[in-house]
Amino acid sequence: MQKEFYIQSYCHITRNEVLVNGKSVFKSDEIEFTSFIKAAYKNFDIDHSKFFKMDNLSKLAFIASDVLLKNEPEKNIALILSNNASSLDSDRKHQSSIADPENFYPSPAVFVYTLPNICLGEISIKHQLYSENSFFVFENFNADVLSTYANSLLADDKAEKALCGWVNIDEGKYDAFLYVVAKKGTFVHSIPEINLLYKTNE
Amino acid sequence: MSNLKIELKEKIIEQLNLEDIAIEEIADTDPLFGEGLGLDSIDALELIVMLDKDYGIKLADPKQGRTIFESIDSMAAYIEENRSR
Repeated sequence: MQKEFYIQSYCHITRNEVLVNGKSVFKSDEIEFTSFIKAAYKNFDIDHSKFFKMDNLSKLAFIASDVLLKNEPEKNIALILSNNASSLDSDRKHQSSIADPENFYPSPAVFVYTLPNICLGEISIKHQLYSENSFFVFENFNADVLSTYANSLLADDKAEKALCGWVNIDEGKYDAFLYVVAKKGTFVHSIPEINLLYKTNE
Repeated sequence: MSNLKIELKEKIIEQLNLEDIAIEEIADTDPLFGEGLGLDSIDALELIVMLDKDYGIKLADPKQGRTIFESIDSMAAYIEENRSR
């Protein structure tokens, strides 16, 4: 029999605002992403200097995950994230640094972020997670795949919880929707419920 | 403090994204890696690129970086001796 799991909490980040469980916890006047996400980092009083070395995708995933996991004692938390733009934001920066053969100086610090799953490593380092993780690139938000994967991991005791969702940034546009799946919680972990929560801040 | 040492500190802070660190906080003899500024292996690669791009110095052996990048003093001395820009 299929076990039933729950959504413990969820977070949206879009349009210069961070929301947890539908309630605004930080809003900034900063329109540009890098200024906004730095303001969010300062606001939440996070002490993790490597944050400033991360690419934009990792910064977005890092802040969204931190507001959900900062008081979370469980460490066996799988990470199942997804997006549409992959690491294009960093890919474009890397490409621009190697486009001119006469001025060819690729930055190692940019290059290491030219994969979307690097953001999972940043989250794992911060929260000391040694758990299963996967990053999917979808055309659109796909609650079906995310929920199937999370249910499988929790049902087979491969993870106690799963941090799932969508974290996307390209050409200045960004949005994140992350949620924690657990064996106890407020919302039933179902595809309609995930889609409903995802759309609440569209 | 020599202009080159100030320039190096500015470049390191900016290019390695050392948020909240001021030039005055980096002593010329401070270790750049480990307990000093806490730079990591990717930062070392960035410094190698910086030597090439800004001073025309190509390190044939990245292991040379271990001594060159010990401190601002050692970096400045190596650049003064080997720069082509």
